Amino acid sequence: MSILVDANTKVICQGITGSAGSFHTRGCKEYGTQMVGGVTPGKGGQTAEGLPVFDTVEEAVAETGADATMIFVPPPFTADAILEALDAGIKVIAAITEGVPVLDMVRVYEKVRASGAHLIGPNCPGLITPGACKIGIMPGYIHQVGKVGVMSRSGTLTYEAVWQTSNLKLGQSTCVGLGGDPIVGTSFIDLLEMFEQDPQTEAILMIGEIGGSAEEEAAAYVKEHVTKPVAAFIAGRTAPPGKRMGHAGAIISGGKGTATEKVAALEDAGIVVAPSPADMGKAVLEAMGR
Amino acid sequence: MKIHEYQAKELFRQAGVPVLNGHVARTPEEAAAAFDKLGGSLAVIKAQIHAGGRGKGTVAEHPEQRGVQLVRSADETREVASRLLGNRLVTIQTGEPGQTVNQVFIEQGCDIARELYLGIVLDRAVAKPVLMVSAEGGVEIEEVAAESPEKIFKEHFDPAVGLDSYQVRKLCKKLGIEGKAVRAAETFMKAVCRTYVDLDCAMLEINPLVITGDGQMIALDAKVTFDDNALFRHPDIKELRDLSEEEPAEVRAADTGLSYVKLEGNIGCLVNGAGLAMSTMDIIKYHGGQPANFLDVGGGANTQQVTEAFRILLSDPNCKAVLVNIFGGIARCTTIAAAIIEAGKEVGFNIPLVVRLEGTEVEEGRKMLAESDIDIITANDLTDAAQKVVAAIS
Repeated sequence: MSILVDANTKVICQGITGSAGSFHTRGCKEYGTQMVGGVTPGKGGQTAEGLPVFDTVEEAVAETGADATMIFVPPPFTADAILEALDAGIKVIAAITEGVPVLDMVRVYEKVRASGAHLIGPNCPGLITPGACKIGIMPGYIHQVGKVGVMSRSGTLTYEAVWQTSNLKLGQSTCVGLGGDPIVGTSFIDLLEMFEQDPQTEAILMIGEIGGSAEEEAAAYVKEHVTKPVAAFIAGRTAPPGKRMGHAGAIISGGKGTATEKVAALEDAGIVVAPSPADMGKAVLEAMGR
Repeated sequence: MKIHEYQAKELFRQAGVPVLNGHVARTPEEAAAAFDKLGGSLAVIKAQIHAGGRGKGTVAEHPEQRGVQLVRSADETREVASRLLGNRLVTIQTGEPGQTVNQVFIEQGCDIARELYLGIVLDRAVAKPVLMVSAEGGVEIEEVAAESPEKIFKEHFDPAVGLDSYQVRKLCKKLGIEGKAVRAAETFMKAVCRTYVDLDCAMLEINPLVITGDGQMIALDAKVTFDDNALFRHPDIKELRDLSEEEPAEVRAADTGLSYVKLEGNIGCLVNGAGLAMSTMDIIKYHGGQPANFLDVGGGANTQQVTEAFRILLSDPNCKAVLVNIFGGIARCTTIAAAIIEAGKEVGFNIPLVVRLEGTEVEEGRKMLAESDIDIITANDLTDAAQKVVAAIS
């Protein structure tokens, strides 16, 4: 078991004929993901990376039976691509694209939540169930089949965390990059609920960052509903207020969203918080030993 | 992206949000002429800088001069303008060096009956924009939010629909707005909400929002920032950017596709990925050092970008050592290694350089660095890297 995706998941790539789309379609195929096709409007009938290209997601789903998609289309068209995937009945939508206007996401968010589908991202590395299905841009080889559910607002910091849990022989059940934007399709709470129910997941590692209140909300949820051990790390303890730290979502505004507030909320919920990013794996071990 | 008050008010005027007449001036003479053009016996002169707190801010060169002042003649306007223009205004938001005033805004006076606060931001928790108003206008709203949050009233709205009339009535009731002013409030609040959406704002703040003696509602101040990701839809707004208000190194980095924020410390950081870049700053501090910057070279960084990143880091006189922390995913360690070697040839490293490489093509990258003649302190993991860079400067 795992969450969201497994060896049976059939994946298409929206934007497969672009350079990022084709490069990462190849990467996912090489990892062993069942890539079944791609979509680029106006390029239907061609092939890319040995896969059939369709004009619409509707056609791609009808022809291939795809139930997941990864989106690499440019930012102005990303909201539309997500809505098209939803309309075609796709259940897991990973939007990798960085730079989507936030008001576009306001419009998309409501429809996604009403649909029952799962949107991961935008501005995220994607998700991976090690040994079974990789949808996204993460380097596959650092992962290991195992027991830690990893969820994160950051890309490379997730690799760091995965690497640490692999080196400690804990491995991962599923790793999900939520995305660094102010509005993303899936929250920590959504994933906590899934990891709590997943028999393969024995512990959960949450990697947050400054800005917003997603970590505080997750902490409150853990306190009430999660029985499995949870460890966490918050990036940006040294970030000054009012400055955007790369991610559009990573900004301390009006004195809210500081790392100090988040760490306090997490610790109050019984979560082991790693003091340094080098100790994320160790924090999982400590949480499991409690 | 930020803009000046006078620019925001011009956008308001175009969108039907009531503002007073005013003119921007770049010389004392222009300022005096602007006073005459307004034709009244009273005006307000306001320094135009991107930072807030101007009313209480003081001019470094003339400590008695504030950033905002009432003026009663063209001559007085000229005098005040000459003390503001070309000098540095220090406010609570600018920090000690202050910000040079390159233009002033001369605006009509008005008959103020009440001062309110109005702001619109994105409420991330519910993924919708939220209109916030308070009767405590003209003061620091952060203080109101911290001390008496019950004095701030909020209404969420759907960007496609805008604010509904009943929402305005609810807010008016809570603010004690009655009579003719309710009509004015409806026009005003609906217009600002529509403007927030139409212009892809990230934040829109009017403090104070005033009600005049005859029941009109007017934006007396205007602070607007935009969603950088949406600027492609607004080429006209992009034109309003004032590069003189921004940190030169940050502008230079953004032009190269790098994300850079200058900080106060002395250890330069070069990292791929925003989360890892923030964490690298954190771990430096954890081991007793102070980061000189945040720098994310991004996922698809090429040799030219990374070389430019080194140039930016090394041009900061405070920077006494550099820590490179790369976890290669899409970015390859070989690209970074090539850029380090290139930067070494071009700019030369006369300060300690600690490098931690992991991930895609790591063995080849390490080998390239080992075979080069650059003096590099190699680190095995994050902790090792942070400890070594902190040790290198102490």
